[in-house]
Amino acid sequence: MLGPEFMRNALLAGTFIALACGVCGWFVVLRAQVFAGDALSHVAFPGALAAAAAGADQRIGLFVATIAAGLAIGMLGRGVLGGGLPGRGPGRGNAGGGAGTGAADDTAIGIAFTFILGLGAFFLALASTSAAGASGVAGARTLFGSIFGLSGGEARLAAAIGLGAVLATAAIARPLLFASVAPEVAAARGVPTRLLGIAFVALLGVIAAEATQAVGALLLLGLLAAPAAAAHRLAHSPFVGMALAGLLALLAMWGGLALAYAIPSLPASTAIVVLAVGLYGAAALLGGRPHR
Amino acid sequence: MPAEAAEPTLTWNLAHDVSQLLEYHFMVNALLAGSIVAVMAAAVGWLMVLRREAFAGHTLSVMAFPGAAAAALAGVAGACGYFLFCAAGAVAIARISGSRRVSWSEQSAGIGSVQALALGLGFLFVSLYGGVLGDLESLLFGDLLGVSDGQVVLLLLVAAVTLVGLTALARPLLFASVDPDVAAARGVPVQALSLAFLLLLGLAVGATSQITGALLVFALLVAPAASAQALTARPLVSLALTVVLGLLVVWLGLGIAYFSIYPAGFFIATVAFIVYVLARVIAAARARLRDGYAREPEPTPIGAPGEPPGVIA
Repeated sequence: MLGPEFMRNALLAGTFIALACGVCGWFVVLRAQVFAGDALSHVAFPGALAAAAAGADQRIGLFVATIAAGLAIGMLGRGVLGGGLPGRGPGRGNAGGGAGTGAADDTAIGIAFTFILGLGAFFLALASTSAAGASGVAGARTLFGSIFGLSGGEARLAAAIGLGAVLATAAIARPLLFASVAPEVAAARGVPTRLLGIAFVALLGVIAAEATQAVGALLLLGLLAAPAAAAHRLAHSPFVGMALAGLLALLAMWGGLALAYAIPSLPASTAIVVLAVGLYGAAALLGGRPHR
Repeated sequence: MPAEAAEPTLTWNLAHDVSQLLEYHFMVNALLAGSIVAVMAAAVGWLMVLRREAFAGHTLSVMAFPGAAAAALAGVAGACGYFLFCAAGAVAIARISGSRRVSWSEQSAGIGSVQALALGLGFLFVSLYGGVLGDLESLLFGDLLGVSDGQVVLLLLVAAVTLVGLTALARPLLFASVDPDVAAARGVPVQALSLAFLLLLGLAVGATSQITGALLVFALLVAPAASAQALTARPLVSLALTVVLGLLVVWLGLGIAYFSIYPAGFFIATVAFIVYVLARVIAAARARLRDGYAREPEPTPIGAPGEPPGVIA
């Protein structure tokens, strides 16, 4: 299985992307920011299209768009967290999240990313008027990443960025954990909660941009949400949970790649996501109780 | 595209512009379909924003992709596949968000997993189908200017079903949306209502995505409702305002698109975004004025079944 070069490249890039998605995803789930992650992965699409329309490298457009959107979401407030942590969604967020902080709820995220997708439609039209065939390829490649189509250089870059993201998450893990679990107490103790929130969503933007190239903008979500949700069910200690989330994401990635290699008609993205969600389903069935 | 059908020119004579707009049958159909969808999306979206189920709504809109791919694979109409996937998604999301064993932060992860799984399946169906998904672009971004007479009638039917369903559920649904715990204690079937609402939401999203495409549904579903709820906390006033803003977004977006070569979805999304930003600016300015002059803050309208909390920051 390790014979063909495309397979080695896929494994190299996939390993580090999965680790980054798993570890970072643990915080994403803790902070209930899955929708923000989803929005960022969609933002990659107009970013790449804009670059294609301008004739620039798609990857630059992709990174600029997702990091900018991540900063914007982070600056709108404490993300979708909205302050109403222990509440059950409906009708609760207003009580804690309001108070003039301009907390970004999922409504604001939804509107912002719809607007950016609208720009995507615009750039798609622009690209297809300038270079007829190119836009279709560009669009498909951005929407559904082709992990088996990575070159050696691309795979090494993806691995380096994935490793960097894991290290960055580890570096801010302790204060971020404090700020996520007890934002008021953390702020009172001098932890820069707002800055941490912005930095975290920007980091999420980097991961979203990079993972888009492996599993695609539309499928990044599965790797971000499902392994981390399973880890939250199985492990109640934060650092064990983080490691477990990374491990489960890795398991889904390797298993998915092997399955896709064995069954030619099975797309790698499908295999990876189905395995990741399957792990979450198994964790939920095994009776791990959510902590909180 | 309009640019090929005619050579529309924008003049300063508004009446002339409008009559130019209505000259073509496809444009009349587009305006009719857009108006129907705007009213339906406003009513459903208003409740969706109130229930903070935007992520669930987005996930249901994404079901269009596996639905269309599965339908192409099975050789049936695309709408069948969509509604099948949408119903399955609604059941899954209702189970996740209704379960007491699922923590609030895990809900978003659960909904995200449902969406990822659906997209993965869609990709698999496309691959099994043979790799040619002809109009991915119109699936994602809609085809507003190619609406047939039959589609207008179909949209009207769907809108009627959705609005009648919402009206029938209105009072208990509003109660369950504003305060689920109290509603459950009073014997309101909160979980069944949640599922019923998600199914209606799926119906509305499916119809809306015919017009704006699966990715831009939120332009009509969320933006008008969020703008209206930012401007007023009175339920009926904000509902009416939502309908008005939705119609405004569709008409302006279509009108501008007619005189341009760029897709209608882009203009509708842009107008919706501008409306929302303006609403937030007005709400913020009003709050500042009120804080400056008022002796005491207004009581927050939370808890009473008739008065939903706005999204005013």
